[in-house]
Amino acid sequence: MSADTPTDTVTSTAADVLTDVQQVPGSPKPDPMLTADGIIRRFGGLTAVDVRHLEIQRGVITALIGPNGAGKTTFFNLMTGFDTPDEGTWNFDGVAMGKLPAHQVARNGMVRTFQLTKALSRLSVIENMKLGAGHQKGENLFRGLVKPIWGAQEREIEARADALLDRFKLAHMREEFAGTLSGGQRKLLEMARALMTDPSLIMLDEPMAGVNPALTQSLLGHVKSLRDEGRTVVFVEHDMDVVRDISDWVVVMAEGSIIAEGPHEAIGANQTVIDAYLGTSHDAPLDLGEIDVEGAS
Amino acid sequence: MDWGSILAETVNKFFGVQAAYFALAAIGLNIHFGYTGLLNFGHAGFMAIGAYGLAISLQNGVPLLLAVLIGLLAATAFALLLGAPTLRLRADYLAIVTIAAAEIARILFRATEIAGFNTREYTGGSTGINGFADPFKDLNPYTGSVDLWFVSFSRNDAWTVTVGWALVLLSVLFVHLAMRSPWGRVLKAVREDEDAARALGKNAYSIKMQSLVLGGLFGALGGMIFVLGQSSVQPTPQDLGAPKTFFIWVAVILGGTGKLWGPVIGSMIFSALLQFTDLTLRGFQEEGIIPTWFMDGVQVGQVRFILMGLGLMLLMAFRPQGIFGDKRELALDVR
Repeated sequence: MSADTPTDTVTSTAADVLTDVQQVPGSPKPDPMLTADGIIRRFGGLTAVDVRHLEIQRGVITALIGPNGAGKTTFFNLMTGFDTPDEGTWNFDGVAMGKLPAHQVARNGMVRTFQLTKALSRLSVIENMKLGAGHQKGENLFRGLVKPIWGAQEREIEARADALLDRFKLAHMREEFAGTLSGGQRKLLEMARALMTDPSLIMLDEPMAGVNPALTQSLLGHVKSLRDEGRTVVFVEHDMDVVRDISDWVVVMAEGSIIAEGPHEAIGANQTVIDAYLGTSHDAPLDLGEIDVEGAS
Repeated sequence: MDWGSILAETVNKFFGVQAAYFALAAIGLNIHFGYTGLLNFGHAGFMAIGAYGLAISLQNGVPLLLAVLIGLLAATAFALLLGAPTLRLRADYLAIVTIAAAEIARILFRATEIAGFNTREYTGGSTGINGFADPFKDLNPYTGSVDLWFVSFSRNDAWTVTVGWALVLLSVLFVHLAMRSPWGRVLKAVREDEDAARALGKNAYSIKMQSLVLGGLFGALGGMIFVLGQSSVQPTPQDLGAPKTFFIWVAVILGGTGKLWGPVIGSMIFSALLQFTDLTLRGFQEEGIIPTWFMDGVQVGQVRFILMGLGLMLLMAFRPQGIFGDKRELALDVR
């Protein structure tokens, strides 16, 4: 995308605030938007998440990476009220989020998307979008019965939705059922719909999963544009190219804990991270079987 | 065999008391299932609560409108009671709880005493309450039976039908206004994916509770028209038990779930078909086309339900979206 050229300079300025930040797990940030302390979530005997301290810098793109089962999605669920931690406190933009149900978290401006996309299949694309808007007068049953009360607001919302549909190249699907969209279009719709809530922090759970390479590029552009309009972005991703391309800061989780933090250049060289992904045994003398594996990769 | 009279009676049922009160109850169930995705298998419970609330009040000299209000309040309380523990859980739990609660309600109405308290005085126990509908009948403006060119009703039925269909039309208007609003949009979003709605800041629990109460109120209204029409309320399964719940379900599915007119048309067709199969089978018997060793008069009553079941199976196979449904919607993979 040609539009990417100017954003490269923005990337450096956005990441600039993080140059003096210590590259250790739980390092303090100059202006944290989300701060989590002592978050523990156990499933029976298994401790799925054990995050001692984490700060997410405002206005940058933070990637959350880690091997499968590292607790990334569980951590997302905990932060957004879809699951409750056994211990721990966290606050978002100065507001304690401990006991808030999911919809209250969203109303406070922390909005998430899902790993398995949740398009509302039997609603049209435009209805999906309009649903996202907050503070709708017509969402009360009694006021909803009288259209003059909410009609003007509805037109405003619709105009905003149409603008977003244009931006995400979904305008031609406006009247179609969301269930007819392709996998990639659903990802776009979910991101656009989340934007209808006007979030200050948007948490994307594997936004590129199952999306073809061409669409990945435009999705990447969209994620960057979120940051450029002043939103904070946290995303979970497995594709390292994507992480390299758009993240200003990378947080690595393994076995429920945060094991490393830093810009992606530093993370790639971090021995703990390599151990977490590949296992520690590669330090041991190689046997013949492992040489083949190394050769293949 | 007189096809003319069979046809006339079938058309009568199309617009009769049964179709009207079925339609009211089905509108309620459509709000639950069609718009919100709530699996309510105890709709007869709402009908029974409404019916008994009305009948007991009238029996004790409460004015008609206040008695209706008491029935509606009782149904609201029932909905809150059912919803509070179950609506935070997975959808199946509501199904289990509603089916049980509806039976509990019916059996409590049939009981002679509950915890040493003589409830029979109020509910009439297993004989139910009879002849309470005078305050309603006294308002009847018709002076005799009503004969239009396609339907004819007795004086009593004409009044019940008038009130019943007036309520149905008002209810359809209400549902239309509610479902085109942003409120209706949240309802449908919860039906499609509750978590997605919550992630967008919608209180799914609250909206499901509102739907449960609202649909329950229409169920209660249906129950009231039903018992006012026959001036008697009986705690039998046929009247206010599980079979009634499933007939309402059939009407909703027949018409097309989540469609404005679906439950109304579904109820009309269901009532008419039941009458048509009954009269036709009886006609065949009288003519000797169906020999008595094969099926006797009592069995006809059951066989028509077998035929209805068969018809429903064929509908599901060839037109699963119902009469008003949109095949495109059904083709979408919902998850």
